[in-house]
Parts: sequence; C-alpha cells; structure tokens
Amino acid sequence: MTELSLIRNFSIIAHIDHGKSTLADRLIQVTGGMTERELKEQVLDNMDIERERGITIKAQTVRLDYTASDGKTYELNLMDTPGHVDFAYEVSRSLAACEGALLVVDAAQGVEAQTLANVYQSIEHDHEIVPVINKIDLPAAEPEKVKAEIEEVIGLDASDAVMTSAKSGIGIEEVLEAIVQRIPPPQGDRDKPLKAMLVDSWYDPYLGVVILVRVMDGVMKKGQQIKFMQGGTVHLVDRVGCMRPKIEQLPELGPGEIGFITAQIKEVEQAKVGDTITLAKGGATEALPGYKEVQSVVFCGLFPVDAADFEKLRESIGKLRLNDASFTFEMENSAALGFGFRCGFLGLLHLEIIQERLTREYDLDLITTAPSVVYRLTMTDGSTQELHNPADMPDPVKIDTMEEPWIKATIYTPDEHLGSILKLCQDRRGIQLDLTYVGGRAQVVYELPLNEVVFDFYDRLKSISRGYASFDYEQIGLREGDLVMMNILVNNEPVDALSMVVHRSQADPRGRALCERLKDLIPRHMFKIPIQAAIGAKVIARETISAMRKDVTAKCYGGDISRKKKLLEKQKEGKKRMREYGNVSIPQEAFIAALRMGDE
Amino acid sequence: MARAIYIHWPFCLAKCPYCDFNSHVRESVDIGLWERSLLADMRYEAELAGGEKLHSIFFGGGTPSLMPPALVARLLEEAEQLWGFAPGLEITLEANPSSVEAANFTSLANAGINRLSLGIQSLDDQVLRFLGRLHDAREGLAALDIAQKQFRRVSFDLIYARPGQTADIWEKELAQALSFGTEHLSLYQLTIEPGTRFATDVRQSKFTPLDDDPAADLFTLTREMTAAAGLPAYEISNHAKPGEESRHNLTYWRYQDYCGIGPGAHGRRGNKATQRHRKPENWLSAVERNSHGTQTESDLTAPEQASEALLMGLRLAEGVDLKALSKRFGIAQENLIIASRKILYSELGFVRMEGERLIVTDKGMPVLDALLGELVPAELVVS
Repeated sequence: MTELSLIRNFSIIAHIDHGKSTLADRLIQVTGGMTERELKEQVLDNMDIERERGITIKAQTVRLDYTASDGKTYELNLMDTPGHVDFAYEVSRSLAACEGALLVVDAAQGVEAQTLANVYQSIEHDHEIVPVINKIDLPAAEPEKVKAEIEEVIGLDASDAVMTSAKSGIGIEEVLEAIVQRIPPPQGDRDKPLKAMLVDSWYDPYLGVVILVRVMDGVMKKGQQIKFMQGGTVHLVDRVGCMRPKIEQLPELGPGEIGFITAQIKEVEQAKVGDTITLAKGGATEALPGYKEVQSVVFCGLFPVDAADFEKLRESIGKLRLNDASFTFEMENSAALGFGFRCGFLGLLHLEIIQERLTREYDLDLITTAPSVVYRLTMTDGSTQELHNPADMPDPVKIDTMEEPWIKATIYTPDEHLGSILKLCQDRRGIQLDLTYVGGRAQVVYELPLNEVVFDFYDRLKSISRGYASFDYEQIGLREGDLVMMNILVNNEPVDALSMVVHRSQADPRGRALCERLKDLIPRHMFKIPIQAAIGAKVIARETISAMRKDVTAKCYGGDISRKKKLLEKQKEGKKRMREYGNVSIPQEAFIAALRMGDE
Repeated sequence: MARAIYIHWPFCLAKCPYCDFNSHVRESVDIGLWERSLLADMRYEAELAGGEKLHSIFFGGGTPSLMPPALVARLLEEAEQLWGFAPGLEITLEANPSSVEAANFTSLANAGINRLSLGIQSLDDQVLRFLGRLHDAREGLAALDIAQKQFRRVSFDLIYARPGQTADIWEKELAQALSFGTEHLSLYQLTIEPGTRFATDVRQSKFTPLDDDPAADLFTLTREMTAAAGLPAYEISNHAKPGEESRHNLTYWRYQDYCGIGPGAHGRRGNKATQRHRKPENWLSAVERNSHGTQTESDLTAPEQASEALLMGLRLAEGVDLKALSKRFGIAQENLIIASRKILYSELGFVRMEGERLIVTDKGMPVLDALLGELVPAELVVS
C-alpha cells in the first residue's frame, strides 16, 4: 500500500473530441505505464463502439507511478469516467472515488454543455479542478478566450490553466506536476473497518466479474470474506490488484487507493454500482452515501427480423446483460412482430449501444420499435400503474390522469442557431427557464417532456445547429399531461408495434408524418391499402397505397423455370424480413421509421 | 419419359438489344461438326429418356431459320429413329422474317417442319429499328405471307408495352396483326433484362420503359381484343384459337418432361434438371469429350418440383389441378397453396377454383408473380 500523502485520485472531464483519451494515453506513456509498442491508440476505450464514437461506456482506471519534481514517487489513479448523460449515476460514483479532476477544454471549441454538466458534478463532490486547455497548437486555437470562458461560464479560476497539446506531447509534464501539487491526497483510516465503494463492474471471460473499487477505510486483501451492504451477498476475495493498464496483482489495497478485486462473482447484477463493500464479520455498520438503484428511463421492443432468431436473441441479450446490469428485459409478444423483448435503458444512447452491440457482436438483425418513456397512470378507481409499453395501454375511460417524465435540458450553442433551437424546443412543448449569452454563444435551459426528446430531438438538434449545439439533461420528475394513445391502422387493422402515446397537441402532425412515411415504405400490394392514424375511433390522418397493377414475367419457357424459381425464392426470402399485418407485408424499415420522424 | 425435345441453335446474324437468350454471333459455323455434335447430344438424351413416341419437337435459338434445311432434316430423321413419332407430331421452328430466310421456308417445310413461329416483333419500321431488328415491316409481312402458304400452322411474335406506346397505337397494330388470320399469336410485353443493351440504355436514361400502370392497361386491352378475335389467351403472353395452342410449350407449362439439347438448353427428365453448356465452343468440346453437352444435372426435391409446376402451370388459363399435383409429388394440398391466402385472393377476385383446378383470373394474371409469392408456401420454395 501507498502512504495517503503520495496518492492522487483524479478523473478527466472533457467533451467528446476535446482530447480526453489522447491526453490519458500521453499520461500513461510518459509515466511508463506502457511501452510505445504496447500503446494502442486510446488504450482506455476498450469496446469497438467506445472507440468509434469517442465515448466511454464503462469506467476504467489506470495506475501511474510518477516521480515528481519534489523527488517523491506518487501513485496516480486516473479514473476514466463515462461521458454521457445516460450514465450520469455511474459518473457520479466515479467522481466520488476521486479528489480532483482535470477539466480538458478544446482551445478552439471552448466549453460545451456536456463539459458543464460533469464539471458541476465534480464541483459538487468538492473536487479540486485543474483546467487544461488542449489542442493549443491548432491554427484556430484561442486559449485566452477559452480561459475567459472557463472563468465566466463555470466560475473557475483559469489563470494557471495548463496549456497542452496531447497529440503533439506538449505540456504533459506540467499536467502531471499540477496533479501532484494541486489535487489533494485522499483521506482514510487504515485501522477502521473496511469500507470500499463499488465504482463499476464488468464481466471478464477469464476472471469472471471484475469489480473496480475505491477503498475509503481499512484494507482489502485476498482471502477476505466481504459483504455488499446493499446487495446483501457475501463473497470471498480471490484477487486484488490494479490496472497499469495491464492487470497487476497486489497484496492489498489500502485506504485512498483505487484498484480491482475479483471474488468469484458470476453476474455483474450482483455487483451494484455505488454499493459499499465491507467485511462479512466485524465490518462497517454504515454504508457510504449516494447509492441509487438503477432505473430504466427509455423502453423499446427488440425483435428478431427473422422469427427463427428469437432464441439467439434471448441468448445474446443474456450475455450482454452479464456485463451491463443497467438494462432490463422481459419477453414480449407482439401481434405484428412476433416474439421479442421489451427492454429498458438508461437513455437513448444506452439503447443505441445495446442495439448496436447485439447487431454487431452477435450478428443479429433486429427490429427496434419506437422508444417510449414510462408513464404513470392514475386510474378512476384511484389505483396507479406504470406504463412501459404503449401496447399495454388500458381502456382510456378507466384512466383518470396520466403523468409523463420531464427533464431539464441545457443547450449550449453558437448564437446563429439559437432561433431554430428555440423553435425546436417550443415545438416539443418546451418551457424556457433561462437564456444567457457568453461571448458568441448562448446557453438555454428548457424544461421538456422526455417523450418529445426520445423521438429524434437529439438528431434534429445536431442537424439544425450543424453539429455545434451540445445538449445535456437531468430528470425533474413527473407531470400531468393531456396524453393520448395514437394507433396506426394498416388496411384497417391496428399495428401494435406502431402505436404510441403522444400529447394531444402533437397527435395530428405526428400522425400525418407517420402515415406519409409508411406510404413510401410499404410496397404496393395487389389491393389498395389504407393507412390511418387514429385516436380511439377518430381518424386523424389517412393515406392510401394504390394497388399494384403489373408484376408478371412476360416470357417463360423451359429454360426459364430455374430463373423464375430463383425469383420466387428471393421474393420469399424478402418476405422473411417483413411482417404480416392485416394481409399486408410491412417491411422492417417501416417500424424503424416511427423512430426517425422528423418534423420537417 | 420425355415426349418433347427442344433443340437449340445458338447463332444469330446480330444480337437484338432486348434479348437475353443464349444467342451468339459467329463469322462462320462448321455445319458438319454441329451436325455430329447435335446428333450425339440427342442420342445421349434418347438413351436416358426414350421409350415413348415424340409429340413435339421445337427448334429454338438463336435463329434456327439460319440452319441449313438439310441439317434440320437430318436431326428429325435421327429423332424419329430414336423415339418414333406420334401421330399429329408438332414440329416448330423459330424463324426471322428476312427475305433470305423466307427463301428457305419451302425446304424447311419439306424437311418436316409443320409449324413456324415468326419473329415479326412489330409492324412499324421505326419500332423495328428501335428493337434492333434486321428486317422492315414490309419484309416481315412478305415472310408471313410465304410462311402461311408453306406451313399449315403459323404463329408470330409481337413486342408491345414499348416506351411511349399508347393504347391507341397498340390497338391499331394488334388489330392489323389479328387480320392476317394466323391461329396463334405470341404477344410479349417488353421487359428490360439485366445484361442486355437495353438495360444499359435505361441505366443511361436513353429511354424510359413504359410504367407498370399503362402497361397493365395494354395487357388488359390485349386480352380483350384477342378473345374477341377468337384467339383468347391460353397463357400469359400466348393466344390461340382453341386447339391451336403450342403443344410443345404446353409441355413446359404443364410441367411434363422434355429433353433439351444444344448449347444452353434446359431439360426436365424425371426428377432431374439438366442444363447444357451455354457457350457454343464449350458445348462442342463437352460433346467431343463426353458424347453429350450436359454441364449440370441436378436432382430436384419433390417440393422444388411442385413449386416449379405451380409457377409454370398457373400461367395457363386452364390453371393447375391441385389434387393431381398433390398426388404426383406426394405433397398434401394444404402444403401446396397457403389455404388462407387462397381464400383471401379468391375473395379479392385474383384466383378461383373450378373443381380441383386453381385458376388465376383475368385480374390475377397481370400480377401473377406477386400472387405466386403470396400463395406458394415458403417451405416449398426456400430450401
């Protein structure tokens, strides 16, 4: 173990693309954590998706040994935190394991909304924040302006911000010195009963469940019987170590240290983020503050395109869940889509990640139904229930009131896009709380219903601001709303997978848009197909697909049988990718279209 | 046991821009070599599928009217020796209506051809040029006239649903075609086949094919006019006075066995699908090597055969006898046609049952491919 005064635990806060991973790589490289040859670019983001999207999904740490200018060797624990609002709780636990943070800001782009959210969280944890202005060698770099922005927007003293270019290796030593000199050492008492925070966990095929911990008090050793205070389970520690970033086993982890343990745990579900780990016998009595049960915010149905893949989907979801206890799933049977799963996610990005991993890592073709949020229904008999799936909507006459989740959204944008962003928020039933200007930028704060955001709010925001607006949100609870169930009828039959709960004021435009999209996406059949959007018995939008008039092979003789048969085979294969509904074959794109309905 | 043979002559003077048949242009053809090879290929088939007298022989191509009549005579002589000829045997030859070929009609008739199928394609010079044909309208009509004198049974082809073709234009052309008094007509809608020059032209926007909706109108018009003239459609694109149908082609559509010899020819023999080498030179060397030109001979499962029988048979106005089909392939009727779909599409007027026969109606014929996709169960088609 290392003496408390020689430990520094810190995280890096940065907006996507502001250079967090590159800086982390440089720190590892300079302190000798990895040789040049071993240093794959951006060591910390392990998953393909993390690397491609430049986001971190799982928290990771790396321990660096740094001999500072004072001649002492320090143990630096770099905590790489997830960088997205969907993972806000995970972020808060990672931050709670640290005493300070590097705030990395792009010298050309300045402060962004996501940076703000995380920096405020970090401040709430009483962190010492070291501003780092990165990419100072870019032609467009304006470090002085960015400094002013940090002071004005965040209220941090940026006069001694460290100037770096992680890419070119400029200022790395200065960053390390700043960490040692400015970030306080952790506190803790070796003689108190063990108390460690479970920061994150993941499944490793060789080691089983690996748990990232921050020891607060006491010592963690191999052979200890430990107890998860929230989970209530007891386990035998069989490995203790740290990441450099390769795994290194250690005899023990002392107070203030960050490292990992394994304890013969089979499922990550048992290792809940934020739980307190203590000894099974003679352990601490009081858990660490801040623990929360993970709750799904966004739901959608996942169905295999080919019904025969259902078992494979079940297996794959099960495997993914081994490593991610934060999404939930239960079997669902849709009349249109057959068997699948209703899944709950922390947010839209989380949904996309899971969907993408299923498609990519498990080679599954999936139909994703429109995402929906959780509504709370108060029934006329006074009882309440939660609605996760529009298809489960009870008879409206039995519903007294419906409540929907709202969020507080902070949008940060160059001011030339402000007008269209305000319009977007207004169209989505937003309530403006605040509008401030800083330099050439505006920060707007809106209250928005989450169900308006899960549609394509983020895509729209990006497209109207040409990618410059940044967005962050927090949940602010449920509010009553005039919500109605909109059904889509194809050939006079309701298609359950396309039904959705919408605000009454949005029903008409959304119904019209969806009918128009479906008209383009459903191929002509041999008969006319009406497509209708309806609330109850009232049709609010209607389109018609005219009947197919001609589809026949003109010339077909002996030699053409094989060719014609291939055509029929292809036709049949194609049908597998469609869903039968009211005698109409609906292609999977039509279901996805419900997701991507712009208000253009 | 095959009672029909198809003989492919793969050579043309020029490749037509719409044609994706197995046709080739060659400077010269070694007639002696071709005669020996076709005879060998025929003997091979006779050994495997002989035993019954022939009901039809069909010379297709390419342009079989370019074959020397003596070669045609020699092949027929051999066929008669190998199989024997049933009474009323139909021997058809496809011919181009150029004056050079028309000059051969008498000798072809003497060689034994008793039915001629003429590739007139259009009665309009401008259209014939667009279609890349080597004859003009006058030459075509002259050839038709000679053919009608030389052969008891004459049919000719027209291509319609051409770019920009209106109902008026087609109505006039078809009325004229019906006035010549042939008892059989093949009327094809122009389709753009992959790999043809027309496919390239369309891709490069040199012309736009007629839209499906007006094409469907022309299809209906065609059926109405030919029926009124006593030559109703007995198949999607074929019209005949009752009794004058092409017996050979009915063999395909009724899914009975046929031998196919010559380059690229397909055959169905028992539960086997046979195909000859497509390229003339490859076929020749295969015959040289093996005494036959077969490239592939594959077993068809019962479901495969049943699906083939359905997709061919439902093209016919007479439809398909489901009970007989079920018995022939040992597949229960409910596994041949999806029952719920049969009901649905009967109600919608696309098909009807007549006794045991499933019949595609006038309304169903123009969308037959889509209809097959609906009616035929996937298990029959997708292995």
